[in-house]
Amino acid sequence: MLELRFHSRGGQGGVIAGKLLAVAVFKEGRFVQSFPTFGVERRAAPVKAFVRIDDNPIRIRNQIYNPDHIIILDSSLILMEDVTQGLKSGGTILINTDKPPGAFPFADGFKVVTIDASAIAVKHGLGSVTQPIVNTAILGAVAKALRVVKIDSVVAAIEEEVPSKAAANAAAAREAFDTAGE
Amino acid sequence: MHKILTGNQAAAWGAMCAQAQVVSAYPITPQTTIIEELADLVDKGMLKAEFIKVESEHSAMAGCIGAQAAGARTFTATSAQGLALMHELLHWAALGRLPIVMADVNRAMAPGWSIWTDQNDSLAQRDTGWLQFYCESNQEVLDTTIQAYRIAEQVDLPVMLILDAFLLSHTSEAVDVPGQEATARYLPPYKPSIYLNTKEPHAFGGIVPQDIYMEFRYKMQVAMDEALEICQKADEEYGAMFGRKYGLVDVYPNDDDDDDDDDKPKAQSQKPKAEFDVMLVTSGTVTSTARYAIDRMREQGLKVGLLKTRLLRPFPTQLLCEAVDGVPKLAVIDRNICVGMGGIWAQEIKAALYHQPYKQRPLVLEYIAGLGGRDITPEIVEQIALDAHKRDKAMDTPKWVGLKE
Repeated sequence: MLELRFHSRGGQGGVIAGKLLAVAVFKEGRFVQSFPTFGVERRAAPVKAFVRIDDNPIRIRNQIYNPDHIIILDSSLILMEDVTQGLKSGGTILINTDKPPGAFPFADGFKVVTIDASAIAVKHGLGSVTQPIVNTAILGAVAKALRVVKIDSVVAAIEEEVPSKAAANAAAAREAFDTAGE
Repeated sequence: MHKILTGNQAAAWGAMCAQAQVVSAYPITPQTTIIEELADLVDKGMLKAEFIKVESEHSAMAGCIGAQAAGARTFTATSAQGLALMHELLHWAALGRLPIVMADVNRAMAPGWSIWTDQNDSLAQRDTGWLQFYCESNQEVLDTTIQAYRIAEQVDLPVMLILDAFLLSHTSEAVDVPGQEATARYLPPYKPSIYLNTKEPHAFGGIVPQDIYMEFRYKMQVAMDEALEICQKADEEYGAMFGRKYGLVDVYPNDDDDDDDDDKPKAQSQKPKAEFDVMLVTSGTVTSTARYAIDRMREQGLKVGLLKTRLLRPFPTQLLCEAVDGVPKLAVIDRNICVGMGGIWAQEIKAALYHQPYKQRPLVLEYIAGLGGRDITPEIVEQIALDAHKRDKAMDTPKWVGLKE
């Protein structure tokens, strides 16, 4: 079983990213569970979302403490909270930022991958420069860097589930997939 | 059609499949997204229902009572303090013999103010005359919502289906949605024999003198007794039609679990063929996590099994006695507390076991865990099973697991 944790701020779409990833994974015939932080969500406050993926039915229904990988939609959260808490050794930290991986001195044993999802989102008209909606772009990078899902499944999930600007969201995911590191 | 749905969406889509005609509801965390989803389904024309916005949960149930008495199929949903505020009208719905279906998202009672799961809200409504089903997965939430209408309308009693806050309500997973057309083949249109009708005016709920009140209550008891078989049959037929059934109690592991490709329905008695030293007794999502923990423990050679209790009222006494026959110890995990007595499921189970001959009764060990949404991990479940393994007599007071020193 693979467990992921998304870090974002309320309003950035981290919870929706988790749900879209669930739809994409399910399209590949695997089992999936996705849930937000169990609590009260407020705009701009730190929010976490979680995804479990397995080839067998998922019976475990408690919270996730030791994710295999983490995805950070807002790099300012790295200064605010211990984002790597419980992260398994060898896990990947995928960060939305315009900086290179070397700019983030996490402890040894973690791999850092960066993607400028904000710039990609703005380029495709998703949100504004100050408040880009990065959740679909980041999923393209998830497909590339974490290899937990195929990009075609992500795009199909976006086309099915995103109520407006589905084509722009799908294009953002594809561009992020094409530009993200592995 | 498979969709990725939260537990709350699954409840709403269940009511949509069942073609509820009136939704009367008031929002409360963590139930709110049920009625948001229903409002959306009504707005999109996917559910042709009156959506009544009210000013409290008391009024929400009053709206259902009025509509149901007028012959409409109704749905509502609530949680915790909202359910408590409905209490008076829960009696009114049941004694009025109105087959209303309601989802309760289990949330701990306040104070201390909590939005997280435990079962005290729904268990406190045990004696109102509602049937109560506790669900383990989002699929079971949807399937139970549909089954609930079929059962309620056959026994003329209301049904409450219960799902854990957040662990189901806000968790997304794949759910097979049968749709309205297929559901209609399982659930015929609601045609009550009596209803409020201006062409033939009658009154409901008038004064009942001492010489007939008891008979009203007796008839409810008879209906509840008959409901057990109706619940079983509703589940069996649902299984035959849609390929999923749950039993009223479920034993895990069960030798039948390997016969997934066998098209014969499972034996209803769910008699355990595996031998167990200890059987955990669980309800709600704890069951699901416990299945995972049991697989791990059995790999290490521990003879631990599980009894899932899905139905609280009517209580499946006979099925429970058969399921635990020959098992020396039960460890009941209660995500609730009746202060001054103990875990509520444990009390129910002890009362049911009085129907067993004295020497066949298993030792019942009581554990309290996960109140106010505290996480119940596989490790907590294992801790309980190992503790039960060591004990050979009943405890004076329930053991609280995961309590801070």
